[in-house]
Amino acid sequence: MAAMRKALPRRLVGLASLRAVSTSSMGTLPKRVKIVEVGPRDGLQNEKNIVSTPVKIKLVDMLSEAGLSVIETTSFVSPKWVPQMGDHTEVLKGIQKFPGINYPVLTPNLKGFEAAVAAGAKEVVIFGAASELFTKKNINCSIEESFQRFDAILKAAQSANISVRGYVSCALGCPYEGKISPAKVAEVTKKFYSMGCYEISLGDTIGVGTPGIMKDMLSAVMQEVPLAALAVHCHDTYGQALANTLMALQMGVSVVDSSVAGLGGCPYAQGASGNLATEDLVYMLEGLGIHTGVNLQKLLEAGNFICQALNRKTSSKVAQATCKL
Amino acid sequence: MGNVPSAVKHCLSYQQLLREHLWIGDSVAGALDPAQTSVLTNLHGFQPDVSGFSVSLAGSVACIHWETSQLSGLPEFVKIVEVGPRDGLQNEKVIVPTDIKIEFINRLSQTGLSVIEVTSFVSSRWVPQMADHTEVMKGIHQYPGVRYPVLTPNLQGFHHAVAAGATEISVFGAASESFSKKNINCSIEESMGKFEEVVKSARHMNIPARGYVSCALGCPYEGSITPQKVTEVSKRLYGMGCYEISLGDTIGVGTPGSMKRMLESVMKEIPPGALAVHCHDTYGQALANILTALQMGINVVDSAVSGLGGCPYAKGASGNVATEDLIYMLNGLGLNTGVNLYKVMEAGDFICKAVNKTTNSKVAQASFNA
Repeated sequence: MAAMRKALPRRLVGLASLRAVSTSSMGTLPKRVKIVEVGPRDGLQNEKNIVSTPVKIKLVDMLSEAGLSVIETTSFVSPKWVPQMGDHTEVLKGIQKFPGINYPVLTPNLKGFEAAVAAGAKEVVIFGAASELFTKKNINCSIEESFQRFDAILKAAQSANISVRGYVSCALGCPYEGKISPAKVAEVTKKFYSMGCYEISLGDTIGVGTPGIMKDMLSAVMQEVPLAALAVHCHDTYGQALANTLMALQMGVSVVDSSVAGLGGCPYAQGASGNLATEDLVYMLEGLGIHTGVNLQKLLEAGNFICQALNRKTSSKVAQATCKL
Repeated sequence: MGNVPSAVKHCLSYQQLLREHLWIGDSVAGALDPAQTSVLTNLHGFQPDVSGFSVSLAGSVACIHWETSQLSGLPEFVKIVEVGPRDGLQNEKVIVPTDIKIEFINRLSQTGLSVIEVTSFVSSRWVPQMADHTEVMKGIHQYPGVRYPVLTPNLQGFHHAVAAGATEISVFGAASESFSKKNINCSIEESMGKFEEVVKSARHMNIPARGYVSCALGCPYEGSITPQKVTEVSKRLYGMGCYEISLGDTIGVGTPGSMKRMLESVMKEIPPGALAVHCHDTYGQALANILTALQMGINVVDSAVSGLGGCPYAKGASGNVATEDLIYMLNGLGLNTGVNLYKVMEAGDFICKAVNKTTNSKVAQASFNA
């Protein structure tokens, strides 16, 4: 075991493509990054403890005051499937809607969409996947059939002047299929974009991705959809989220999803972590001189608040380091 | 993301996912060899599935391996310097018995790691955890092809280390005057004088010396540290004969931007082949900082199995980057390390049980709880 291992002969990649992601490109990092805060929805949805409606409302309000410009508020899904989101209407109606801040909500089907609009939603989110098996297990249909369902929502959203964001799950790997080809991710993303989604968030649903895979996936997608319409949603299940996010930034992506306190475990690996913590993301972006508009101190307060309500420790390393000093 | 399916039980087991994504064992082959299979079985009671499904998975591993992006501009081989037994344990509250330390290091020696920092020949008054330095150094099995450096803060420590059988030593400087004063009770200049004595003696005896520069990206007392100061100290250590300089983000405050600026400055004076990075994960930035260093041509990275060792400057905060998480990233990037991730996870599991703590490695958390 300790014997020298032979270095693998490696394909030498052409130098021309090197510079695109060498550190010389760090001079071309975006100047501003829009953070899409998914804690109240993606985060809470994957937390075991059910949180009361007033607590959810207070969390969203605190996040608004922290300077975040997009806060995914809730999900208009049946409480039978997702009990945590049972109070979606009350939450959306109860939060303070600050000017300049968007409060998108998930709408898995037309019924959910209509309920969301009735509750005052101005932006909705639809959830697709780059994996057939994941789509089947998650929403009980094929990718193609899911497009038809989403098309109905998109058409209705268009008539009502409501923006639609799309998610592509399993962009870097699937808990059922394993490897996912970048071409498939590009295909699904392109479809969403052409159907009318203004932005598509590419999700590493189980956090298995690493920077090279992120690069390959983005390279494929960027050939089909403009960079400005892309976002990344990295999970930290294997500790790779921030490195993967950095790679995405180096490739020109300027919208990143994250969750305050790193809320939300991974439903596919008990005990494992889920979302990238917003605090840790903001720390990196500030260190890089990238503008986010977020007040880290207020963000930490929001994280502290929700962790106490959930009776859990934060998953944010910045919060862990800062609070104890 | 999306609705949480109740179909968790139908997922691929994490063992299968790891096999697909992590180039277990021999980085050339895709399939598990019998040795690794037994490692897996011991870890999780995992029985390799020989159904058609996993055969196609095993087949796809080879494909993935070939298709994996060779992120351009990255080194082909990365040497991992395992600092768990020294830097890690030194910052753990629980004093670990000598025989456990020895067992721990022996296990690490069998993972493919080629450098394992064993102990520190420092006064037990300052660092009680390292009081058994001589016993540990004498007690470990020194595997051929693996190096076992030890810390030697002064000439006395150096002589004790050599007497105990050390064949490589490290000296610990800092890019901050305040840190140097608080840590080793002398100025940077005075410390360089001491280190020069040690390194000269080491070179005289043909013993390689490694130099550390603490506070390379920030100091708990002074705050920000200029890249120029880091360069100056690194150059001193390199000039006196250290074969490698490990640049340490001691309190983990660095970000890819500050890492880049610091390395740009140091690399003007010292060849990248003689540099290493030692990133702490106190603010979750370690892997992003390491990726940046790799992109700049650095190919030696320090880490600690299980992310052992907290941060003495921020109670409750984490310290070293976890070797498992580092290997996961390097494997995913298609970089050769020579290290078997499963065996590292086993060693990590062993030491965490011994110090009665949960691992700081996310890879281990995801794998062991699956």
